[in-house]
Amino acid sequence: MSASLKLSSLALGTSARVKDFPRTGNTFVRLREMGLLPGTMVTFIRAAPLGDPLEFKLRGYHLTLRREEAEQITIEA
Amino acid sequence: MSQLPPHITATGKKRPAPAERTPVYALVGNPNCGKSTLFNALTGLKQKVGNYPGVTVEKKIGETYSQHGKPIKIIDLPGAYSLAARSPDEAVTRDVLLGRRADTPQPDRILCIVDATNLERNLYLVHQILDLGRPVILVVNMMDLAKVSGLEVRIGRLEQELGIPVIACEAVNSKGIVDLKLAMSRVDLPLARHSWDVPAAVASAVAELQASLTDNDGRSPLVARAEALLLLTDFDTVRVAGSTPLSVKTTEILAHWQRHWEGEGTDWAGSLVASRYDAITGLCLGIVQQAGVTGPSASDKIDAVVIHPFWGWLVLGGVMTLLFLSIFTFAEIPMNWIDTHIAALATWVKGAMAPGDLRDLLTDGVISGVGGVLVFLPQILILFFFIGLLENTGYMARAAFIMDRLMSRVGLNGKSFIPLLSSYACAIPGIMATRTIEDPKDRLVTILVAPLMSCSARLPVYLLMIAALLPGDAVPVFTKVGIMLLMYVIGTIGAFGFAWLFKRTLLKGAPPMMIMELPPYRLPRLRDVLFQMFERAGLFLKRAGTIILGISIVLWFLTTYPKHPAPDATAMQQIAHSFAGRAGHVIEPLIKPLGFDWRVGIGLITSFAAREVFVSSMGVIFGVEGSGDQTVPLRDALRHATWPSGAALFTPLVCLTLMVYYVFAMQCISTVAVVKRETNGWKWPLFQIAYMTGTAWLVCLIIYQTGRALGY
Repeated sequence: MSASLKLSSLALGTSARVKDFPRTGNTFVRLREMGLLPGTMVTFIRAAPLGDPLEFKLRGYHLTLRREEAEQITIEA
Repeated sequence: MSQLPPHITATGKKRPAPAERTPVYALVGNPNCGKSTLFNALTGLKQKVGNYPGVTVEKKIGETYSQHGKPIKIIDLPGAYSLAARSPDEAVTRDVLLGRRADTPQPDRILCIVDATNLERNLYLVHQILDLGRPVILVVNMMDLAKVSGLEVRIGRLEQELGIPVIACEAVNSKGIVDLKLAMSRVDLPLARHSWDVPAAVASAVAELQASLTDNDGRSPLVARAEALLLLTDFDTVRVAGSTPLSVKTTEILAHWQRHWEGEGTDWAGSLVASRYDAITGLCLGIVQQAGVTGPSASDKIDAVVIHPFWGWLVLGGVMTLLFLSIFTFAEIPMNWIDTHIAALATWVKGAMAPGDLRDLLTDGVISGVGGVLVFLPQILILFFFIGLLENTGYMARAAFIMDRLMSRVGLNGKSFIPLLSSYACAIPGIMATRTIEDPKDRLVTILVAPLMSCSARLPVYLLMIAALLPGDAVPVFTKVGIMLLMYVIGTIGAFGFAWLFKRTLLKGAPPMMIMELPPYRLPRLRDVLFQMFERAGLFLKRAGTIILGISIVLWFLTTYPKHPAPDATAMQQIAHSFAGRAGHVIEPLIKPLGFDWRVGIGLITSFAAREVFVSSMGVIFGVEGSGDQTVPLRDALRHATWPSGAALFTPLVCLTLMVYYVFAMQCISTVAVVKRETNGWKWPLFQIAYMTGTAWLVCLIIYQTGRALGY
């Protein structure tokens, strides 16, 4: 169960540690460089009024991600 | 040369001794860290703005003075999150720092600016830059905001750890600038104590690539190592015109290692980025301290309203309403002023010069042509001001965040929203605002469809046609407004439809990402916003000026020559006799299926300069001349205009068709000029003219012929 927990399923206002995400693809290389790495603490702040994209807080700043991307990132329970 | 590290002299370029020449600093930092404010604070108005040749990335060079009064040159490089470039902006930053652009001197020293509230992510770029082995000064900006959010940043300790000058700064309040200038004035700067553990798995690849880059690509050893690390972070980084391609040998080595690791299952890029962040986290451990827990920040509180599922829309709607209200009310006054003064200037020239072609060229060609564009300048300035305000406060990113879902339906992302919205007023600032869109294909699609949004230059045409369509004052206002709104709706549907089509066919790309930082809200400095506004407007005038002038003269020539044989020919007779008049006859077979005759054809040709010219051209052609509001007499003249057969020319159906023609057709030389500059060539503006005017013709054909078949 905990193995397949996705970043997109994080409850509003809660935090979790990133477990893993795809190694390749433009999006994910850039996400790493922006400090979203396995082990990074991430807080889900809010979804946009239409439900997508999502806003997260990590390393002291706010970052947006599409739901589609957040679904590929797993978190530790 | 003793104070410069050896690799600077080893680049192969001959450099004069540092004492004799103006030292060049590069200013580098993440987006949203206050870089522009610092650049303005350092250089004041001593800035030169241009373009990097071949790429549409702004090149800003400024000058400041050292403590001893010696000039220092500063290149403000585009904001970047990483040197492993993901956008043309970042590619330019990387290429300049690596000394790979022939058009820009390789900086002697690097000024890195970081945001104190967000040190770890900001230090990532700094960490990559330290690899270059250049003298670096680190500016820690936004110390005030860090304090507010309960963060303590120990500057002295950071300086000790890194071994380079570290300056605490609040660029917005001009704090720390003196200290920074002192550091910049130092004759010699220490090199950073910068060592970090490259992961063992990639170490041999780094060594091999470094050797190949020095041997086959002519890089100095340190730059080669830095570049090897970048190549391993991201294999297919963005390359732009001016980037030197890699040698075959280096590319082969890269491919070899990639295959090797893929077989082995090694996450090479991930481990590199992770070990950099490990080093940074270790560094920050003793430097950043969270002093107590603070509640939600002011930014969080604002966002709770601004991105609220209900209030968020109201705020967005309010901001947009304010924008358009100010464009249509404030802009009116200077527009009328410019209009009357241009007319007065033309009259004055007419009186001061002997009658003749030269005089007419000046008054009817140059003054009225350029004046026609200048009239829109107040609108353009207000739009630039608003766009600057939205960018500088941080609201721009929120608007993109809110609108992303809707924009993604046609394959664009939220960043296209503000450029497209601005195009309702004028496509020029809209197109220039597309520079914030990183993905080149998304940017191009946005540029291509932006002129379909009904801009304010179409209003006079719509108004005239509605007046001709619905004569008499008894027609309810709602009907008139309804028709007007219909035109806006048609244009908007057209823009999104074509965006969808282009993203699926011509400019197919990876699904756009929406990785975007939502920066904290900031109170912008009016000075910075105004400065940006004048800079952008100046850029537009400089770039579009010559093209606008040229086409204005050509259009004047077409309506003036050949001369009517009768010396007392009226303006109406003259234009009918001219090349434009003949062209109207030539294109008549083409536009007759749309219900237009050759006289409308003349209007279509002359209004290629700008859409509103159609109204004055119709005035000349139908013999209604004079200053002031021509709508009423012109409306009556149009109503009496007939085909040679006696049938009415401007039937309601024709009026409607003509309006739709103006919704779609590309009739604006200023836009063509700007698109040419923004896309670096004639290919895309010509494509844009073809597809827009082609669509206009086709849609009008369908409307007119269907209307005729239905008996209208």
